[in-house]
Amino acid sequence: MGNLIIETKNLTKKYGDFVAVDSLNLKVHQGEIFGMLGPNGSGKTTTILMLLGLTEPTSGEVQVLGFDPSRQPLSVKSRAGYIPDQVGFYDELTARENLMYIAKLNGLPRSEAYKRIDEAFERVGLSQVADQRVGTYSRGMRQRLAVADVLIKKPELIIMDEPTLGLDPELAHEFLKLSRELADSGITILLSSHLLYQVQEVCDRVGLFHRGRMVLEGTVNKLAQDVLGAGYVVRIQANGSQAGFTETLKQIPGVANVEFKTPDTYLLKATKDLRTEAARAVINAGGQLKSLDLETPSLDDIYNAYFSEVNHGITHETKRA
Amino acid sequence: MALPTKPKGREGSPWTGLWAVVAKEMADHLTSARMQILEILIVLTAVGTGYAALQQISGSGNNEEQFLFLKLFTSAREPLPAFAGFLGFLVPLVAIALAFDAINGEFNRRTASRVLSQPIYRDALLLGKFLGAVFTLALVLAAIWLLVMGVGLLGLGLPPSGEEVARSLLFLLATIAYGGFWIALAMLFSTIFRQSATAALASIAVWLFFAAFWEILVSLAAQSLSPIQFGFLEEFLAQTQLRLTLSRFSPNTLFAEATMALLRPAVRSLGLLLPFELEGAVLGAPLPVGQSLLLIWPQLTGMIAATILLFVLGYVSFQRREIRT
Repeated sequence: MGNLIIETKNLTKKYGDFVAVDSLNLKVHQGEIFGMLGPNGSGKTTTILMLLGLTEPTSGEVQVLGFDPSRQPLSVKSRAGYIPDQVGFYDELTARENLMYIAKLNGLPRSEAYKRIDEAFERVGLSQVADQRVGTYSRGMRQRLAVADVLIKKPELIIMDEPTLGLDPELAHEFLKLSRELADSGITILLSSHLLYQVQEVCDRVGLFHRGRMVLEGTVNKLAQDVLGAGYVVRIQANGSQAGFTETLKQIPGVANVEFKTPDTYLLKATKDLRTEAARAVINAGGQLKSLDLETPSLDDIYNAYFSEVNHGITHETKRA
Repeated sequence: MALPTKPKGREGSPWTGLWAVVAKEMADHLTSARMQILEILIVLTAVGTGYAALQQISGSGNNEEQFLFLKLFTSAREPLPAFAGFLGFLVPLVAIALAFDAINGEFNRRTASRVLSQPIYRDALLLGKFLGAVFTLALVLAAIWLLVMGVGLLGLGLPPSGEEVARSLLFLLATIAYGGFWIALAMLFSTIFRQSATAALASIAVWLFFAAFWEILVSLAAQSLSPIQFGFLEEFLAQTQLRLTLSRFSPNTLFAEATMALLRPAVRSLGLLLPFELEGAVLGAPLPVGQSLLLIWPQLTGMIAATILLFVLGYVSFQRREIRT
């Protein structure tokens, strides 16, 4: 693990009585992609704004790149790039003029600014359209321009708020690939999202946010084990039995749970890869096996499993109260 | 609440990036269609009223008079008002057009968070936008000032005296200060209201209030607060005094008085003049520039103070504003 790039201790932000971020302890290391995941209103954006010194924490401590964002915002903001959600540009200016303004705000000398802007356009693949007005840009191009926009300050850290929101799956994938490349070149990336399936492939570690708290943290696989209780999910499609295979599959040693999804489709959760055993059990029971897949744990499943537990907990509490 | 209230100060200068903002704002203003329309309007006004004034001056045949150049700004021929009067009317419009979407425009275009995540403070953004608008206005007004002087040189065929140049330059400065007031007002509304259209309407409402209704309200208030019951001189004086005082809360009045004293050198008082105060005065004799300036000093400082006050209110409102939209 590299140096600590972001560290927060009991970071809290209250808006009146509403607690937007509650005692957050977050650690992000150099060169990793950390995903802050959670529904809207779970405190992700507020956390980001506090990391950049754009809003004051109510209590707690923050260190970003070794600086305190509320005391030394200029040092933080000259080293960290921020891509807000639904990033905006001056539509009546060209892409180059937009970046030139940002370069000037960063105090770059003119010749250096030109050089960095060209490099940034090259990197995100917008060199051909750099002198077009941003008003003519598509959503995907804007998002890439937003990356170019933070690259001109040669950031050590890039913070992205919902970067794939509104992009089609292909563009989102392309964008995340670009993020991966940036992380591989040593830039730390913190991104927030509620589109779990998109970010799980790119994040080294994720943190699950819920009502201002980071309730789970770790690699996707670790979360799957913590929440789903089992690391492997086998999807089985089979038919040929009146009663179904639920009971048959449950009897395989090591199976934690069998879920009947749709007619002929079963989800088998286990602590190890049980594909062979499952296939044998189905065939022995006289069934026809149509397909057999090992599913990688999806963040969506983890998320749903976790929040259905939490919500059950809440309903129990309210009933008791 | 980006302004830390903790004892330890902020890092670096609050004006980092100020000139980048000013340059960007001026470039935006000077190329925007909105400004071009207003510029055309003002240039037409300058040429039209200047020409009308020239006709008036040569028509009167009184070419022996002093301060012919200043007459270009003040003489009118029906149905057009004088150029100075026109400016008192147009400058607020231009100023409001320059600033009504200064801050909320950034939020609506979603550029605010991107700009503020650069290594600058909000101070630089706000002051940069204010200065950008003031400089743009100053540039436009200076161009028009030159235009009127040019029309004057051609039409009158004689160069302005040093006194005339000094007075008209002071008039230019007073106009810019007057514009500054309206820029600060529109900018305050642009931090308060999220919609640019609301901010524009609110600014125009204030402008209309001072331009059309304030005088009416002032006379009503003066009549009811300080009524004339017995017809004594003291009563008349008290009422007029009250009316003047109330009237001077309006920036339009301040500007009109400043204009009058600067462009009509014979004006020696902006308040009441009782006959005994004129004892020994040579009526109609012009005051030197310094004395006229002294006369309008309260008006000028009043306008500048109001501008600063409005700017500070806008500053506080902007600093308190949450970045998230």
